[in-house]
Amino acid sequence: MGAVLSCLTWPLQPINVRLALTDVPDTDREESPVDRGSDADATEPVSIATGRSRPLGSIIRSAEIDTRLLGMIGALIVLWIGFNIMSGGTFLTARNLWNLTVQTSVVAVMATGMVLIIVTRNIDLSVGSMLAAVGMAMALLQTEILPDIFGIGHPAIWILSLAAGIALGAAIGGLQGAVVAYVGVPSFIVTLGGLLVWRGLAWWMASGRTIAPMDKTFQILGGGARGTIGGTWTWIVGIAACVGIVALLAVRRRQRIKFGFEPRPMWAEIGIGAVACAVVLGATTVINSYPMPERLAMRYAEENGIAWPPGGLSIPLGLATPVLVAIVAALVMQFVATRTRYGRYVYAIGGNPEAAELAGVKTRWTIVKTFMLMGILVAVAASIQIARLNAATSGMGQLAELYVIAAAVIGGTSLSGGVGTIPGAILGALVMQSLVSGMVLMGVDAPLQDIVVGVVLVAAVALDSFYRRKVT
Amino acid sequence: MKRSIKLLVLLAVFAMIVAACSSDSDDTTTTAAAGGDETTTTAATADELIVGVSWNNYNEERWAKWDEPDIKAALAEAGASYISSDAGSSVDQQIADVENLIAQGADALIILAQDGTAIKPAVQSAIDQGIPVIAYDRLIEDPGAFYITFDNVEVGRMQARAILEAVPVGNYVMIKGNAADANADFLRGGQQEVLQAAIDAGDVVIVGESYTDNWAPEVAQTNMEQFLTELNNDVQAVVASNDGTAGGVVAALAAQGLDGVVPVSGQDGDGAALNRVALGTQTVSVWKDARLLGRVAGEVAALLAAGTSMEDVPQMVKFTTPEGNEMFSILLSPQPISADNLDLVVTAGWITLDDLCKDVEAGSVAVCP
Repeated sequence: MGAVLSCLTWPLQPINVRLALTDVPDTDREESPVDRGSDADATEPVSIATGRSRPLGSIIRSAEIDTRLLGMIGALIVLWIGFNIMSGGTFLTARNLWNLTVQTSVVAVMATGMVLIIVTRNIDLSVGSMLAAVGMAMALLQTEILPDIFGIGHPAIWILSLAAGIALGAAIGGLQGAVVAYVGVPSFIVTLGGLLVWRGLAWWMASGRTIAPMDKTFQILGGGARGTIGGTWTWIVGIAACVGIVALLAVRRRQRIKFGFEPRPMWAEIGIGAVACAVVLGATTVINSYPMPERLAMRYAEENGIAWPPGGLSIPLGLATPVLVAIVAALVMQFVATRTRYGRYVYAIGGNPEAAELAGVKTRWTIVKTFMLMGILVAVAASIQIARLNAATSGMGQLAELYVIAAAVIGGTSLSGGVGTIPGAILGALVMQSLVSGMVLMGVDAPLQDIVVGVVLVAAVALDSFYRRKVT
Repeated sequence: MKRSIKLLVLLAVFAMIVAACSSDSDDTTTTAAAGGDETTTTAATADELIVGVSWNNYNEERWAKWDEPDIKAALAEAGASYISSDAGSSVDQQIADVENLIAQGADALIILAQDGTAIKPAVQSAIDQGIPVIAYDRLIEDPGAFYITFDNVEVGRMQARAILEAVPVGNYVMIKGNAADANADFLRGGQQEVLQAAIDAGDVVIVGESYTDNWAPEVAQTNMEQFLTELNNDVQAVVASNDGTAGGVVAALAAQGLDGVVPVSGQDGDGAALNRVALGTQTVSVWKDARLLGRVAGEVAALLAAGTSMEDVPQMVKFTTPEGNEMFSILLSPQPISADNLDLVVTAGWITLDDLCKDVEAGSVAVCP
């Protein structure tokens, strides 16, 4: 759902690109020339997409759709259908898709940050260990310190725990970023050190104990028995998203006309709006058709004094909180990456660090900020992780860095910097998790799962670079 | 780091030379710890027996907290003295440590191997010098060594037994450990032994089975979610191989409102798991009291150091290793902890009543006030 939503906003990007490229300012009137350059880098896939003219190609071109992203969505659909056939129809059930959204959320949240890290030609290998350290700190805070002050179950507990976690994440990220940017140690080394240090810290904080259970209010972040927003709110979110998409399309169209640009053909505008809305509302329907598990429904009925009907109650669970968090994180990150000065600097640095520096971009500070952002997102992911597991262990998040990097890279982020998108990363995360979940459904055991995931990672990047070479 | 280790080893060797050259009747033994912060010096009379212990990584909480005090106590009671070294998780360091302990005059060695294969040459050389070696907790594939451990196959049997007792008929999911860990298969083997009859009779059906990468709870949780989805919650029991994976399983069950309904097994006696046993969401945690392991190892080491032959060690059984070697060994029996005998872990001082009874409704289990 998160991915669906955020990739739907993607087709809207090219408008912005065009404006920037053709030197007519849009919303960013005061941007320096560098920013425009950076934007060109950021949207390289788009220029690729417009490179060919075939009948279908011309339709896609005039509708300004990113073919690469479209290809990924296609691949995901093929994957899903394949798994559905091989699992005997279990994969594409509302329940499994609901599971998939929740299972993807941790990696998806971190992947949005990893995109920017990689775009600036850096890497962060420490996210898995950082997740363990920040998660452990939040767990200790809410189980051993805050209850003594506020009493168990006080709402301040989850807010303060989360806030402290985010602060710690930002601090750790900022520290690593500062060493990278100001001391000049390669990020590979700094975060490789971090991989060891933060894991050790996580162990040291609790001497290797498992901390459980989490605070009742905090558990909501994990999407367990109480961590969903319910059917009504899910519809509200879905409809709001739909309205938002239409409004965004309308505003952009008006802007284009206002600045004398040829707008997208009306059929394209309507088509995009209709498809986007259909997908969002379709996803909402799917999510809402997964009813509350029977035992939870019984408990719910008991608590609310509803008589238990003979056929049982069918109450939609709705969107899980971690999924909502991931969607919000993706939207915010998409905004940051494409609509803020900072975001443009990031892509400018990735495209050409020297040029960016010469053009007056504070490259070092931008890199520190990027690592801080990564740390914050790791803290958000950590809160989801510990709430979902209802426990914190020092071994949490092992190999998460590889999954996060893989998600970003499968999503089209180039390790040589300058190129990468947030929706792509979310899709990448969804592909990775689909693979794992699907294989478990089929009864494929862990070692073989690893082999398949590894092969797919390499194949996806190989295919992508082949495609790029061919088109450019 | 490397350099400081080298320096410390040099210092240790130097200290040993000094000790050996000194004309005192008392031997002074010094051990160097790779961490650089631990240097124990024990005075021992020349004719007193010395037992050397090589830890693979003393920084892990368990060894210092649970195992070591009982090894020391058992040795003290037997009139033997204790020297130790810490390899800091380094295979090379541990080989050097073993040589150092021998040079310090150890009459018997207890080795917690970092790598049961890599340590073999050092073990062989000790045995060649007539120094008996105890493989502590982890297997060293050398027929000349004495193997003391908890019986992991028995742990598996206990897990399955407790679950089978709770659910004699139904669909079972098996959540195994890390595929690369030999213990995962020992456990699974023991579980199968107990379940086999029920499986043959058609009472128990294993509907899902998976390894858990790195024993990670979050992986166990995802796997369990997928099993529940695939089987539409038609699962009556889960045999999870340790407490971490059991935690993941219980979280997955809780999301379906099935926590406390579907029995779950575990092992290790983790604080969080014992709390779940008290809460009723986990059925059993098989507890391996490390202090017992330490005590037995200390006693056996003292016996062997005094010249007792391995065959004459009380409780000795023959253990056939995965490679087919027959080893003298003692396989200790673990203790399954369920709601009925939670008082054991409290009286043993393993966990505080507060931690055990966190969030537990008063009176729901006997032990929680």
